[in-house]
Parts: sequence; C-alpha cells; structure tokens
Amino acid sequence: MVNNRAYLQDARTGTGLDAVNAEVMRLVRHFGQHAQPIEPTALLPADILIDLYGENIRSRAYTTFDPIEGELMLRPDFTVPVVQMHMQSGQTAANYVYAGPVWRRQIPGSQRPNEYLQVGYESFGLTNEPQAEAAIFALFAESFDGVDLVPVIGDVSLIFAVITAMETTEARKAALRRHVWRPARFQRLLSRFSNVEIPTKSREKVLNATDPQDVRLLIENAGDYVGLRSLDEIISRQRTLKIEAETPRLTAAELAMITQTLELKCSIADAPRQFAKIAPSLSDVCENLAARADALADQGLDPSALAFDTSYGVSTMEYYDGFVFGFAAANRPDLPHIAVGGRYDALTEILGQRTPAIGGIVRPEALLALKGRV
Amino acid sequence: MAGLKLGLPSKGRLQEQTINWFADRGVTIERTGLDREYAGRIALDGVELVLLSSGEIPKELLAGRIHLGVTGQDLVNEHIPLWPEKLLELVELGFGYADLVLAVPAVWVDVDTIDDLDAVAAAFRRRHGYRLRVATKYHNLVREFLRVQGVADYQLVDSQGATEGTVKNLTAEAIADITTTGQTLIDNHLKILEDGLILKSQATLYASRTAEWDDAKRRVLSQMLNRLNLTERDLTLLG
Repeated sequence: MVNNRAYLQDARTGTGLDAVNAEVMRLVRHFGQHAQPIEPTALLPADILIDLYGENIRSRAYTTFDPIEGELMLRPDFTVPVVQMHMQSGQTAANYVYAGPVWRRQIPGSQRPNEYLQVGYESFGLTNEPQAEAAIFALFAESFDGVDLVPVIGDVSLIFAVITAMETTEARKAALRRHVWRPARFQRLLSRFSNVEIPTKSREKVLNATDPQDVRLLIENAGDYVGLRSLDEIISRQRTLKIEAETPRLTAAELAMITQTLELKCSIADAPRQFAKIAPSLSDVCENLAARADALADQGLDPSALAFDTSYGVSTMEYYDGFVFGFAAANRPDLPHIAVGGRYDALTEILGQRTPAIGGIVRPEALLALKGRV
Repeated sequence: MAGLKLGLPSKGRLQEQTINWFADRGVTIERTGLDREYAGRIALDGVELVLLSSGEIPKELLAGRIHLGVTGQDLVNEHIPLWPEKLLELVELGFGYADLVLAVPAVWVDVDTIDDLDAVAAAFRRRHGYRLRVATKYHNLVREFLRVQGVADYQLVDSQGATEGTVKNLTAEAIADITTTGQTLIDNHLKILEDGLILKSQATLYASRTAEWDDAKRRVLSQMLNRLNLTERDLTLLG
C-alpha cells in the first residue's frame, strides 16, 4: 500500500520508481526543447486561489494554516503559480516546463488519487493564435511515446462570441458570461430568460414598485434594517429586476443559436461549416476555426479525424476561455485524461495583465499505467 | 465481557427527550451519581450508557468507540461523508426536528430565491470588493449545496454559535443554520429563502458499523430492538 501511487502499484521504490522517474525525465526533455525549467512552491497562499475559484476551491484543494503566513493551500495545479512567476519575470514571451506533484481533495467515495504527478508546459506571449494553438497541440500529441490516445478539442470562445452576438440586454449577457463555466446555472439563466415565469406574491409587489420611494416603503414594512448591503443596492437591484421582467423573452432563434453552439460536436475539419450554419453572422469566428484546422493540417494532423466538442472541459477548466484539448485513453475509463490543456488568457487578465497564454499537463503515472497494458 | 456502549447527549433538551423516548417504550434511563456528574444507567442487560457532548457523538460512532448513539442527522451529514458506509440508521426518534436553511435579511425585498442570492452575490462583490459572506458551522453541507446550485461569488465564514446575530453585527450578509420554528431567524430580522432548505434533520438512533461487533453484542442489540418494538433491522451490516 505505502508503495502505491496514482494509477501505479509498487512505484515508490525500486524499478517501479525508476520507471516513473524515467518517464518524467522523458517528458521534461520533450517539452524542454523549447522551454525553460521552472519550479513553483508546493504551498500557495490560499487567498489568491479563493479569490479566483471561490469557496469551491476548498473542496478541491487541501488547506493548511500557518500562524504567520495564514491560510496556505497545497498546489492543486501549477498554472496559477507559473503565471505569477512569469509576470514577475518581466518577460513578455516565454515558455516553461515543470514537473512535480499536485494535491487534490476528491469527493468522498471517489477512486481518484489525491496526489499525482504532472509534467507541464506553459507558453506566454504567442500572438499568432491558430498556429500557436496547433503547434502546442502537436507538441502534446507527440509526447505520448507512441501510445495511441483519443484527442478532443473544445472552444469556449464560441460560447462567448454567441453571447455577444445575442440581441438581448447587456445585463443578461453579463449574467450568462459569468456562468459559462457553471453549466447548471447557465441553463437556469437561459430558462429564466426564455420562459414566462409567474411571479410570486412577494415578487409581484417588488416588480409593481414604480419608484425608489415605493421600494423604501416595502423595505420599511419588512422590518428592522440589518446587514451591510445598503438601501441603494436593494433599490438598484429592484430596478434591474423590473427591467428584466419587462424585457422580451429570448427569441427562439437566439436560444437555438446558443443551445446548438453548446452542443456542437463534429470533426475539426467540419467545425467552421457547422458553426457558420448556427451563427452565420460570426464569420470571424468561422475564419478562426478554419485557420486552426489548416494549422493542424500543417502540423501533419488530419483535421477530419480530430473531434471537436464546443463544451469540452467547460465545467472543469474555469478561466480557460478559448481553445482547449484533452487526450483520453480509449477503453480505459479507470484512467483520467492522460493530457489536458488549453488557452487561458482570461486567467492572466485576472492575475495582472492579459497575455496570450496556452499550456497543458501530462499525467506521467497514468501514461505509464496505460503503457503497462499495451 | 464489555457491554454495548450507547452514547447519549450529556445534557439539555435532547437528553431529556431521549430519556422520555426510551421511557415511553418501557426502558428506564437514570442519571446516577452527583447531579453534575456525567454518569447514568439504562435498564437493559448488557448495555452501558456513555454521556457525551452532542457534537462528539458522530465522531465517536465513526471511530467505533461507541456502538450506538443518539444524535442529529444534521451533524452526521456534516461530519461523516458517505455516512451509510459507517453508520446504520436504526430509528428516527421524532424529536429534535431541525431544518438547515439559508436565510437573508428580511429587508432584502428583492431576494426570495437562490437565483436572487447568486445575482446579489455578483453585484455585492463588484460593489464591496469581496465575496458575499455566508455565516455557518455547516461548511460541508452548505458548500456542496451551493456548488450543485452553481452559486458563485460567495464565501463561507465560520460561526459556531449565535449565527443569526452575525448579519446585524456586520460579519456576514447571509447565514445558513438550523431552525425549528424559524422564530430566532424572525427575531433577528432574517427570512428563509423559498428554495433555501438544505437538509431536514431530526434526532436519530444510529449504530456504528466500525465498532467491534460479535454475536453476543449483536444479540444484545437485537434484544434491545425487540424491547423497543424495532424489528426488521438488518444487523448483518454490523461487523
């Protein structure tokens, strides 16, 4: 038991450990051809992660406490500290390679490991988007030592583009954008914006208020004022609710456009044509998809054999706001995706300055486990 | 042979109601020793009474240091992930009813539902620069409930007591706490969200699946359950 590790038995000593170390070294060399090595700390300040990912990070990362440094988290992944180290370096364009363990709390009953190795590659400042994305995808595709994996490519930027193209209010668009990475709530919003809901009695009173004085009266009748949220905030939200109630529901066409975008699954070669059918006005997005398909072909890959799924990874890759990819082991549902990655410009923006950023990780232990069966 | 250990709350209303519940079924529980001494006896052969702080009982059941225990479902669900693997629910006792609910200030006339809370959390964070604070001691249950609902831009702040007062004291914007009648919430100028029920709870008699069980102990439990008119419990799950 004590010699076991993620996906591998008896690999913490002897030949098992040798195999793990050799696999990590092989991957580091592969990605290191065009990258500088980097080693972030294992303990990260909790506030940055909580600020980014909210309360949910506490159920995904291990939290520990230091009387001087406060709350710290065992790194649940490398991306955040690598972005921070890159920003501190003052370089505009740079590529990094790293290797080491990450720690993830798993939901009770889950068989997934709570500690496993990652070898990763992150690239900042590449401006030629489709070519850069295809090159990094190819770099990962070539890292598996001849093992056959099933790739899938997704792209959340299609969802953002469709939201922007909708004819509805900016408030609704902002609400939808905020929840792109939380599909359940996103669907809830779509349903609210497209169906007529009969307001409850208390909601009816609030919607019937015609000016701030009416709202003040409702608040006075509700009892003693407690809490930090101010009268102004309540009055302003009442106005928002009133405007929302008076805004026409989403049209069937708008709803179809967004639903079909979320559900689009086809080949990379076919994606531009399929998306053009869904959102004819977004020709720049189609051109971008086509350019990426061409760039993948230039890398020697066959776009008609590569799968595209708009929503791939959407609920597990918050702040990945464009091209994303994963490589799965066919017939091995016990293994996670052997590699995942993508574009996360949105993350760099929140951490300091928006920069083109693409990267990904390989799980060397899972890859070795797969090779063991080959 | 050591007896079957039954853990009971060491004081308060829950203890009183538990003693009454057993008495109603012909089983006497007596406090023994000095008035403030935590000792007692149950009129059942082979069963030994252990008086514990209410919050300790789930942990003791989980550790297998007691075989049986009376505690609230709220505490079991909060502190023991996948509890059915560790505990066997023998009977709901019909008292100690408590709902874990989300509540916000009653003056938030624009907020009735989780949808509203989520929208307000976004606006609150923009305005105040930090996440809307929800005070609770039920961190796991509340976090999981809000995760499934897809609520963002909130944070949990720990409150181990007098949670209803945190909003007035400006240390939280909303709370998640247990309530029986809702009166404490009303008195503190709070209202429950329409869809803010996180868990319904009542006092329950549990058996620990991790405690040491042998045939003798199972027989004692079986006799006890017969006395209490609780047949048809599958005791093969124990031990």
